[in-house]
Amino acid sequence: MIQMNDRTAELSDAISAAASAKRSLQIVGGGSKLFYGREPEGEVLAVGDHTGVTVYDPTELVVTVRAGTRLSELAEVLRRERQMLPFEPPLFGPHATIGGTVACGLSGPSRPYRGAVRDFVLGVELLNGRGERLRFGGQVIKNVAGYDVSRLMTGAMGTLGVILDVSIKVHPLPETEKTLCYELTEQQALKKMNEVAGRPLPLTGACYYQGVLSLRLSGLAEGVSAAVDVLGGSQASDGDGMWSTLRDHSHPYFLSDKPLWRLSVPSAARSLDLAGETFVEWGGALRWLHSELSPDLIRASVEALGGHATLFRGGDRTGSVFHPNTRTLHDLNVRLKQTFDPEGILNPGRLHPDI
Amino acid sequence: MKVGNVTSNTGQSPRFFRALRDVLPADGLLVSDEERRPYECDGLTGYRELPLAVAMPDRLEQVEQILSLCDRHGVPVIARGAGTGLSGGATPRRDALLLSMARFSRIIDVDPVSRTARVEPGVRNLAISEAAAPYGLFYAPDPSSQIACTIGGNVAENAGGVHCLKYGLTIHNIIRLEVVLIDGEKITIGSEALDSPGYDLLALMTGSEGMLGVVTVITVRLLPIPVSAKAVLVAFDEVEKAADSVAKLIATGVIPAGLEMMDNLAIRAAEDFSDAGYPRDAAAILICEVDGTEAEVDRQIELTTSVFASEGAIDIQVSATEQERQRFWSGRKNAFPAVGRISPDYYCIDGTIPRQQLGRVLAGITELSSTYGLRIANVFHAGDGNLHPLILYDGAQPGEFERTEELGGKILELCVKAGGTITGEHGVGLEKIDQMCVQFESSELEHFHGVKAAFDPRGLLNPGKAVPTLARCAEFNAIHVHDGRIPFPDIDRF
Repeated sequence: MIQMNDRTAELSDAISAAASAKRSLQIVGGGSKLFYGREPEGEVLAVGDHTGVTVYDPTELVVTVRAGTRLSELAEVLRRERQMLPFEPPLFGPHATIGGTVACGLSGPSRPYRGAVRDFVLGVELLNGRGERLRFGGQVIKNVAGYDVSRLMTGAMGTLGVILDVSIKVHPLPETEKTLCYELTEQQALKKMNEVAGRPLPLTGACYYQGVLSLRLSGLAEGVSAAVDVLGGSQASDGDGMWSTLRDHSHPYFLSDKPLWRLSVPSAARSLDLAGETFVEWGGALRWLHSELSPDLIRASVEALGGHATLFRGGDRTGSVFHPNTRTLHDLNVRLKQTFDPEGILNPGRLHPDI
Repeated sequence: MKVGNVTSNTGQSPRFFRALRDVLPADGLLVSDEERRPYECDGLTGYRELPLAVAMPDRLEQVEQILSLCDRHGVPVIARGAGTGLSGGATPRRDALLLSMARFSRIIDVDPVSRTARVEPGVRNLAISEAAAPYGLFYAPDPSSQIACTIGGNVAENAGGVHCLKYGLTIHNIIRLEVVLIDGEKITIGSEALDSPGYDLLALMTGSEGMLGVVTVITVRLLPIPVSAKAVLVAFDEVEKAADSVAKLIATGVIPAGLEMMDNLAIRAAEDFSDAGYPRDAAAILICEVDGTEAEVDRQIELTTSVFASEGAIDIQVSATEQERQRFWSGRKNAFPAVGRISPDYYCIDGTIPRQQLGRVLAGITELSSTYGLRIANVFHAGDGNLHPLILYDGAQPGEFERTEELGGKILELCVKAGGTITGEHGVGLEKIDQMCVQFESSELEHFHGVKAAFDPRGLLNPGKAVPTLARCAEFNAIHVHDGRIPFPDIDRF
């Protein structure tokens, strides 16, 4: 049972007090993603005990949950109704929360096929940088009233508000999953990933590591087995295990001490010729790179392919962790920040030195 | 609201018009009454106004220069696509330049490998799927106006369609936008990759109703065309049973590609119009489409029909051929014109509710219908809770349109009370500006104004639409508490 715990009043008071004193706050849920983004600063605002599933009727395909609720507990509540979070969020630790997941905007291996966390966020309730409670979006799948502030909160790293609760569209659990493997070069694998994604097959994952392309198929047994017949390849014995270690970064690839770069590129972009070990997922659209090359060199190479690079883990967190935006885009970001957090006290510097 | 038919476009400096002429092609500036007349309204035809002038650029540089000119001269700009929008998002103002993007109608390229297409905003929605079809791909959002509506307008409204539950809205199917800001600077939002650094401006732009910038290029995602699709036509003798069966169906884990409901008045109108084979005496019908491989479709048909049977359906037909599937849909797809035939005018409402509230909300709508003495036909995207009550009225009867509008407002407020929203896919525009005051608190509206100001500090893009001023809401709420009647219906709503 998930504890029902409403800490709105305390959180609101803490934020408005900090705003009056212009004191910075770092928002912490379960603390499993403290490594991500620029170095956190300021007094800790703990949201991990603001918990509970407040609305969940499985037949509406929507769940509303308080931000501090642990991801693992939410997943269990959904699993009992044979449902799931479609964006397959990473579990970087047992305490990871849904609020932190939404704030960091992280999605797992199914992202290119089912969608990203932002695609499933239907509404949020938040406290702005003055501690005012605001509600945007709602609990319905279609809603175009007002600007889409709920999705704006996704990936904002808590810099625009403290998420109190979030309404998320859920999916039924697939009846069957199978993983097919192929020994290929990276170039061949990239080609196949893109080719397969253009065919009407129940594809929900495609990754490539150390000479092996893995494709995951999910859905009704009939559809999956028909796809297996079409695609051939060898069936992985522990497909589920591989996908979850990739999702949670517990796969041996992620154990390196070198800085980990997250390179987001067009799925059909050619192989990157950067020194360092890579892991390709998202059907080619996400390339992980362990490398000690200079950030400028990595950024320039990725930009040339139409993508962007994030220093995901390790390395120098005092500089630009996220890819710099153009001047105009950056100014728009700054003005949005000022709208939601005029005193600049919420997770200052976590996303960008000026934000 | 009464809008005067102002026929002169004086008030703007001749210098502004001279500069506009210099920027635009010879036939690209419409100023005479006859030329401006076709632009006096969009799909919300109850509101009409001649624009200051209509600019029809055909190159990006012209758009940049026009916006920069408007910015310097302080002239408001309203962007327009095909003008099919139903909420008045493109309703002109006499002091604003109407910027028609119709000449930006090029499909720049279709990339079958990365499954994307780059298109200009004036490209019709359906034309994208037509261009992608040779590669076995399609563009998923399919608003019912898809033959005519443009992708630029779809982005502005975050358009949906009948396949949203499975395939998502516009926001889920676009990845990159080129946008010109009010000062004439072009920016790129999103990318060909699956995400971008910084705040999710793509989400803000989508559905922003032309308030933040003018979109000039859109990169859309294309999906593989399913191998097979079948539709089930199900009849019920009670609306409640139809609604319950939808919940039961979702509980089995099937996500239909489309799931539509119509009530008896809508059924009869549609049947008279299109011979779709709907049972005329049913209280409600459902059209449920499933897609996938042949085997998946057969299995889903088995699951859905057994749910409908156990929920007390009085008739279940499964499409045996593609022709029959199209026939099942024909009635639904023509529901609006069909209703147009049984009434001199109709007014389409667009609320969304949690599906479990359907019975309650429909009962409320029936009650309002009799209070106002106006018939209502209900068409419902049952899968995603998006309700389209069609109010039948006669615009020639004095006061009937005003009564219809008021009834529409009441229905939207009912949707908000049921935990839903005032607009699922048509946008706020001018039409629902007062109901925004019901859905949002002033502090929330202030944040919307802040978002607007971040992009358009002087408020020149589509002013007066989408987000009401706090003053307007104070007035609306104050009056609203009494009897919902606006004492000065003639005051300017902008």
